[in-house]
Formats: sequence, structure tokens, C-alpha cells
Amino acid sequence: MSETVSKTGRWIDWANPTRFMSFAGVILPWLAGLTLIVLAGGLWMSMQAPDDYQQGATVKIMFIHVPFAWLSMMCYTIMTIAALGTLVWRHPLADVSAKAAAPIGAVFTALALITGSLWGKPMWGTWWVWDARLTSVFVLFLMYLGIIALTRAMDDPAKSARATAILTLVGFINIPIIKFSVDWWNTLHQPASVFRMGGSTIDGSLLRPLLVMAIGFTLLFFTLHLMAMRNEIWRRRVVAMRRVAARNADRGPVQ
Amino acid sequence: MGALFVREVRLGLRSGAGILIGVLFFLAVIAVVPFGVGPDLKLLARIGAAMLWIGALLATLLGLDRLFQADRDDGSLDLLIMASERHLLTLTVLVKCLAHWTVSVLPLVVASPLLGLFMNMEPAAIGATTATLLVGTPAITLIGAVGAAVAVSLPRGGLLVSVIVLPLTVPVLIFGVSASYGAVEDPAPFLAPFLILAAITLFFAVLGPLAAAAALKSSAD
Repeated sequence: MSETVSKTGRWIDWANPTRFMSFAGVILPWLAGLTLIVLAGGLWMSMQAPDDYQQGATVKIMFIHVPFAWLSMMCYTIMTIAALGTLVWRHPLADVSAKAAAPIGAVFTALALITGSLWGKPMWGTWWVWDARLTSVFVLFLMYLGIIALTRAMDDPAKSARATAILTLVGFINIPIIKFSVDWWNTLHQPASVFRMGGSTIDGSLLRPLLVMAIGFTLLFFTLHLMAMRNEIWRRRVVAMRRVAARNADRGPVQ
Repeated sequence: MGALFVREVRLGLRSGAGILIGVLFFLAVIAVVPFGVGPDLKLLARIGAAMLWIGALLATLLGLDRLFQADRDDGSLDLLIMASERHLLTLTVLVKCLAHWTVSVLPLVVASPLLGLFMNMEPAAIGATTATLLVGTPAITLIGAVGAAVAVSLPRGGLLVSVIVLPLTVPVLIFGVSASYGAVEDPAPFLAPFLILAAITLFFAVLGPLAAAAALKSSAD
């Protein structure tokens, strides 16, 4: 019992935006530096990786395509958790997190689609096919855009937060569909080859750079996410201060 | 709840323009297709089921913003939300959705066999498409209720509702069209996608009103 209390207490601690800001200020340079190192290392490893015996040099597109695709799903999952935080715990930072994550997720999804289509042209002979995996990721992209449109459409952040949270929760159905689309339907997109029962089917020389790149892009995501959250909090403070200033100006000079 | 249903249906019928515009829009979409793809009857027969589904989907989305808007304008939405201690708001939303479907989507389903004739479809294909529309369109209305509830406080949310709802209705469209084709083309099954379509409708009959009620509650205060 006491443990749950202290646990929720710790969560509540983060509800203080000032404390979050100071935490973000401390951790951001380190996170950004680590991202840079891991991404540079991953890029170097990708360049050193041997060509695939069938795909040739185009296999290197996979080193960025796969992390983007993973992150596009992870970002939506984080937004769903944030939506739960908004609706269930009324955590004040949850909607900031969801709002900040949506554009980043949309960009990652778009990059996953673009890199995938660049790879598909030489390999499949076409830029785009309407198979289950590609279509469901495209639907995910549309959902990101819809969520962004809804957030921007409402002035009051408190109202738009709950509306967006409900929409995000409903849209989460798509994530398992994306994950298992390659198993449920016969698709052109190859089935899962990294995380599967019985180990990865990818050779170590190609798997290692892929995993390093995935870690690097995950770090990049968290860096960008923290920065976007910080911006959002600053933006809200500016709006609040403007309102206070307007109210004071209306009252006239105080004698 | 029965009284609410009757009230909703009466209101919908009274403002008769609503139904008529939906059906007219459906008719217009289908009538435009031959101009776009050319009057090749074989081609029209092949894409007919898909076109009927897309037309019905668009016509359903068109009417969605009226689901809660009129009630919000005259204040009865607030009364319904305040009565949620006595009547579960989720149930109220479900009844409203059913009434909305009866008034503005059922006419589309009824009109679809006639439009199927325009598309030179076989009788079996027409029957299958009508059956899938009958089973599948409630899902679109129920998903749409979430979008309509989320955007109810916006002054002109109609277009936004369509943008939000459209990606979520993709599975309904996929299984509806594949069941319609399954009835005509031999190797493709009809029953399996049809049952999945029914399952989607039942699934959203629970999730849709639940989410829509939550959104309405948060928009009220």
C-alpha cells in the first residue's frame, strides 16, 4: 500500500512543470550528445557493413527505414500512454507530451514511407503497392495528421487535450494491425525478421548496425520529444503571461 | 430510451432535407463515376461494388456532423449529459447513433440496388453489396460518432470530422468490398469477410459510444 502511494507520489512530482523543465535542462545536453555519438557510430557501422548478396547496396536503406518504422509505432504507443495519463490520472504534462509527440511521429512515419518506397523501386520494381503493411502504415500517417489537425483546431488546451486523448485511444487499434499485418495477410512486405520466435533471420554483420541505428534513432526521438515538450510549456507560459498582461493593461495604471 | 429514439427519428424526418441530401449526394457520386472512368459497362460492373461502397462511405461522413450539432445548438445535448446519472450516457449515444443511422444512412442502403443497376452489376453482386452495406454502415456511423463528439465544440467541424474518421473506416471499407466481390468471383469467399464486417460493427457498437460519451462529457464542462 505504502509503495503505491510513494509511487504515485513520484509521478505527481513530475506534474510540476518547473521541476520538469529543470530536469529537461539537465538531461537534454547529455541525451543530445549520446544521440550524436550513437548515430555517428551507427552510420559508420552501416557504411562498413557488407552488401547483401541479393539486394546489393540497397540493403543500407534498411538501416534507416526499419528504425523509422519502429519509432513511428513507438511514438503512437507513447501518445496512447499519454492519452491514458490525460484521461485517467489527469496528469498535467501528459497532454503536453502527446501534443509534442504527434508531429515527430508524423515525420518519422513519413520518412519510413519515403525510405521504404525508395527501397521498393529497385527491389519490387514499384514505388508503392497497396499491401496490408504499407496501407496500414499509411493509415497511421493519416491518423497522425488528423490528431495534429484536431489539436490545432481548438484554442483551449484543456479541452483539446481530452478530445485528442480520446481520438488517440480509439486510433490505437491500428498499431496491432500494423504489427501483425505481415502475418495475417500475404503481403509483398517481408514478415518480421528481427524479433521473432527462434531468433533473428538476419546475419550478425547486418543486424548489429541495424540495432545500433535503432538505439540511436530512439535516443533522437526522446531528445526531440523532450525539446518539443519544453517548447510547448514555454509557449503556454507565454500565452498565460500575455493574458495576465492584457488583464492588467485593461485595468489601467495602478495609482 | 425508446422515447429518445422516436424523438431523434422524428426530428430527422421533420428536417427532411437531411435524408434527401444524403441520398442525392450518393446518387451524384455514383453518377460521376461513369464520366470519370468512361462508359465501359464491363469495367463499371467490375468496380461497381467498390464505387457503391465509397459513395455510401462519403455520404455517411457528410451527415455525421449533424449527429450532435443540432442538439448542442438548442441545448438539449447539455440536458442529455446532465441526465447521465439516470441514463447511461453511452447508451444515449448508442440510441442516437441508431436513430441517425435509421434516418440518414438506411435510405442510402435502400437506394444502393438502384444505383447498382446504373453500374451494370449482376443481381448477385447487387444483393451482396446491399447486404454488406446494411451490415457495415452502422460501423461507419458508430466510428463517426467519436469524431462528431470530439469535434462538437468546433463551429465548423464538418470537414475535420471527415478527416479524423476516414482513416478509421478503412477496415470497414476493405472487408465490405471484399465480401461484395466474394459473392461474385469464385475463389474469393463471401462469408468470412462478411462475418468480420459484422464483428467490426459489433466491436464499434461498444467502443464508439463509449469514446463518444467520454468526449461529450469533457466538452460539456
